[in-house]
Amino acid sequence: MYSKKVLETFRFPKNIGEIKNPDGLGKVGNPTCGDVMWVYIKVNKNKKGQEIIKDIKVKTFGCVAAISTSSVLTTMAKGMTLEDALKIDKQKIAKELGGLPPSKMHCSVLSMEGLRKAIEDYKNKKASAD
Amino acid sequence: MKQVYLDHAATTPLDKRVLDAMKPYFSEKFGNASSLHSFGTDAMEAIEKARESIAKVINAKSEEIVFTSGGTESDNLALQEIGYSNRGKGNHIITTKIEHHAVENTCKFLEKDGFEVTWLDVDKEGFVDLNELEKSITGKTILVSVMHANNEIGTIEPVAEIGKICKSKGVYFHTDTVQSLGKEKIDVEAMNIDLLSASAHKFYGPKGIGFLYVRKGTKINPLMQGGIHEKGLRPGTENVPGIVGMEKALNLAEKEMEKENIKERKLAKKIVEGVLKIENSWINGPPVGKKRLSNNINLGFDFVEGESMVLMLSDKGIAASTGSACSTKSLKPSHVLRAIGLQLVKCHGSLRVSLGKGTSAKDINYFLQELKPIVKRLREISPLGGK
Repeated sequence: MYSKKVLETFRFPKNIGEIKNPDGLGKVGNPTCGDVMWVYIKVNKNKKGQEIIKDIKVKTFGCVAAISTSSVLTTMAKGMTLEDALKIDKQKIAKELGGLPPSKMHCSVLSMEGLRKAIEDYKNKKASAD
Repeated sequence: MKQVYLDHAATTPLDKRVLDAMKPYFSEKFGNASSLHSFGTDAMEAIEKARESIAKVINAKSEEIVFTSGGTESDNLALQEIGYSNRGKGNHIITTKIEHHAVENTCKFLEKDGFEVTWLDVDKEGFVDLNELEKSITGKTILVSVMHANNEIGTIEPVAEIGKICKSKGVYFHTDTVQSLGKEKIDVEAMNIDLLSASAHKFYGPKGIGFLYVRKGTKINPLMQGGIHEKGLRPGTENVPGIVGMEKALNLAEKEMEKENIKERKLAKKIVEGVLKIENSWINGPPVGKKRLSNNINLGFDFVEGESMVLMLSDKGIAASTGSACSTKSLKPSHVLRAIGLQLVKCHGSLRVSLGKGTSAKDINYFLQELKPIVKRLREISPLGGK
């Protein structure tokens, strides 16, 4: 049912854990539905002065697909400008994993939303600090 | 890698002795039991011998056994055809909220077709309330269907008491014994059972064969149209090797039942003791003992999801299953766990372990040894709980 890449990623997920004092935190999902993701980000500026995701970590409660999409989200987003990171969508995440079963596409949606919420949280914090 | 199969409620390996009994009926004794020549009569004899022997195990008459393709077909035949054949009397069927999908979805199908279905609640261990059941029976009731033993949490329902109630009220009583036949003693006379579904692959027999016991005199018609096989109740050329295999498997299971049950309950206790040492864990269903299938244990863990647990166990060579929503195509959590009142979030953390003839104490030690770090690892990954 799962692609090789999904299983491999599930077995060795990357960037799992939390960041103390994150610049942005996106909490998505619902335990009663069976999936919860918390996406932590640290933001920095690159040489061009663009804001980039310096570090990203994720904690996930959920199935094989949920854990795999969490991991692949972090490896995709790390180092990206915020602008590019916001363009990561469910298709891109699923593609990176060699596809997801139709019933599990919502896991990639959740990962995408988790990251977007973390970025939003960062922007909100920044705005209120200004 | 070490392989430990702990999913006997899903299916069991074919017993070698069963395979030996079946072998001649594939190529040497391949006849169609409907044929008049010796090839046919050889097949017919084998079928009738098996029928008689199977009937004896459940204290039925030979002509009351109808061979089918398995549990699902037996359940469909029983429910749909008792329903449609007795609509003149009424359109009310009583069942429970914890039936196997084969019964549950057949009842839903009948509901859509105008039948009225009462879905009985169960208590937190999965038992039906006999008073509730009796009160639900009306003049329109034609059938009560309550499973003998639950496939997820192992609850053994009081079928003898249910049979008694149904008999006194004059309604048919069907029971799905797919999980219990070969593990629990069944006597259709003593238990007042009118219809009973069974499947061979759950007791070390082959897949694709089962039977429906139908009490003599029961008003029922075939589900499928075709030739006059199985007294006109189930058309189609008989699966001779399957039937022979099922008979052999059932008799072996009956002979070895007591010994197996003692062994399995011992191992089940060992699992329960080992698992409850893990924080935030629990057991779903009745305590290990006479009211629970000897080979079933259903565990729960907070803050982890079942599918991930099953896959991580599988990586260690251990086969188990889960009632988590995420493991199903429907993405709905187990209706059984919901029916016993388990919170949705807790349903996701369930793990069913089902033992069998080949399971040893060593296997259980290995399972417990591998399970602990898996639960720990998944909890580390999880944002829930705050360990």
